[in-house]
Amino acid sequence: MSAGRGGARRDGGDVVTAGVTARAVAETVTDPELPMLTLADLGVLREVAEDGGTVTVSITPTYTGCPAMDTMRDDLVRALHRAGFPDAEVRIVLQPAWSTDWISAAGRRKLAAAGIAPPRGAPRPVTGPIPLVLGPSPDPVRCPHCGSGRTRLVSYFGATACRSLHRCEACREPFEHVKEI
Amino acid sequence: MSFDNAYEALSDSSDSSAGTEDNDGPNDGHWAFGTGFTDPLAAVDTTVPADVDAADLALYSLMLGDDALIMSHRLQEWCASAPELEDEVALANIALDLLGQARLLLSRAAAADGRGPGEASSVRGEASSVPGEDRYAFFRAEHEFRNVRLAELERGDFGELTVRLLVFATWRLALLRRLAASRDPVLAAIAAKGVKEVTYHRDYAAQWLVRLGDGTEFSHERAAAGLAAVWPYVAELFRGHDVERRLAAVGAGVDPAELRDEFDEVLGQVLAAAMLDAPEVPVQAGAVQAGAGGRDGVHTGAMGSLLAELQSVARADPEATW
Repeated sequence: MSAGRGGARRDGGDVVTAGVTARAVAETVTDPELPMLTLADLGVLREVAEDGGTVTVSITPTYTGCPAMDTMRDDLVRALHRAGFPDAEVRIVLQPAWSTDWISAAGRRKLAAAGIAPPRGAPRPVTGPIPLVLGPSPDPVRCPHCGSGRTRLVSYFGATACRSLHRCEACREPFEHVKEI
Repeated sequence: MSFDNAYEALSDSSDSSAGTEDNDGPNDGHWAFGTGFTDPLAAVDTTVPADVDAADLALYSLMLGDDALIMSHRLQEWCASAPELEDEVALANIALDLLGQARLLLSRAAAADGRGPGEASSVRGEASSVPGEDRYAFFRAEHEFRNVRLAELERGDFGELTVRLLVFATWRLALLRRLAASRDPVLAAIAAKGVKEVTYHRDYAAQWLVRLGDGTEFSHERAAAGLAAVWPYVAELFRGHDVERRLAAVGAGVDPAELRDEFDEVLGQVLAAAMLDAPEVPVQAGAVQAGAGGRDGVHTGAMGSLLAELQSVARADPEATW
């Protein structure tokens, strides 16, 4: 927490640091559940619009039931207040639906560095029925610890909706993976 | 945002609702129940397309929202009861996805009602701070719920759960995939997100059914018993209600009768891999399918006790805030 928090809030717009845009401030806010990533890295931060003194930030949920949306909104508003943008609003947009393809290259590196296997390409949209997956993937996720491709899916669902659980048969370590959507 | 300690997090959040001139305040004095404290569709244009009947759209949104809400509740009952920790986490995640879909769909119903999310019609709950989605979830009577009866059935064993989840997810995925082309942009957006989620739900249940059906003698028997318990409620999924057909006719909804072929194709693949056969539905159970069903607000005996649990706290003190 920056020591300047109270001052920024009391003084409202008077403490705007010259040259710092609302976008730059919003881009520093991190995800509550994957704190090594910013909301921008994750592709959840869709738009930052400044109109006069008003800042409107648009974010999109990763999953419909994501319980972190309220926290993300409050974190964004607080960060903007502290940076001297007292009039900040966060809007939730639903379309287009979030895709793991929106995670930035930097975001993917940070995930891997934290021991979480980054997503591969999201499934291509299909026109007909969505194919059923009954067996193990022919293209297993690479282990973020040792790089081996000899890994096994343990469960599609991990500690959060966006992560699956895997085990590496080579180094025997369990790991998480941001599953493709 | 990260905090160095919990105290700082608490003091920061109380600071934000202390009524200062630039109050962060979305959270102050909010209603004590529910899943969220802001309308999830607050920033979405919820104008109903001109040739779509708003009352029909509201009721249709309730039907699809109630399916998700009630199925989510049954899945939540598996918390602390699943056979393995990984499956407990999986079922909780699936329940959370469905709860998220329910929130959006019930909010869509409240907005389509034309009275705004805070004043959903025909729904009790006088506290003005209660969001529309929560009024629908916590203050409707049993006959006002429009979910299919498959969703509300008493929790069975893991074999029954696996079959029920596979049937529900296969049906819902086929539905949402078509609904993503709805002329109502809100339903279309909710459906497009839901497709991505329910694809994983269906694969999870399908892989478990193969494991059980093609597993031990005992697991095969439990999977077959699950099929027998669930199958009498399958026909209702495709029967359709006048509201569904009217909305399908104007391109805003989906007639569930269209989903049967895709459903049978997918179930056929899974059952074959699982060495299971679709049961013959006995005549008596077939009779259950005739007449009014969940879409008309007519439910099984399981629904009353489910709602009693779901709604008890909010009804005990409907005006509570914190």
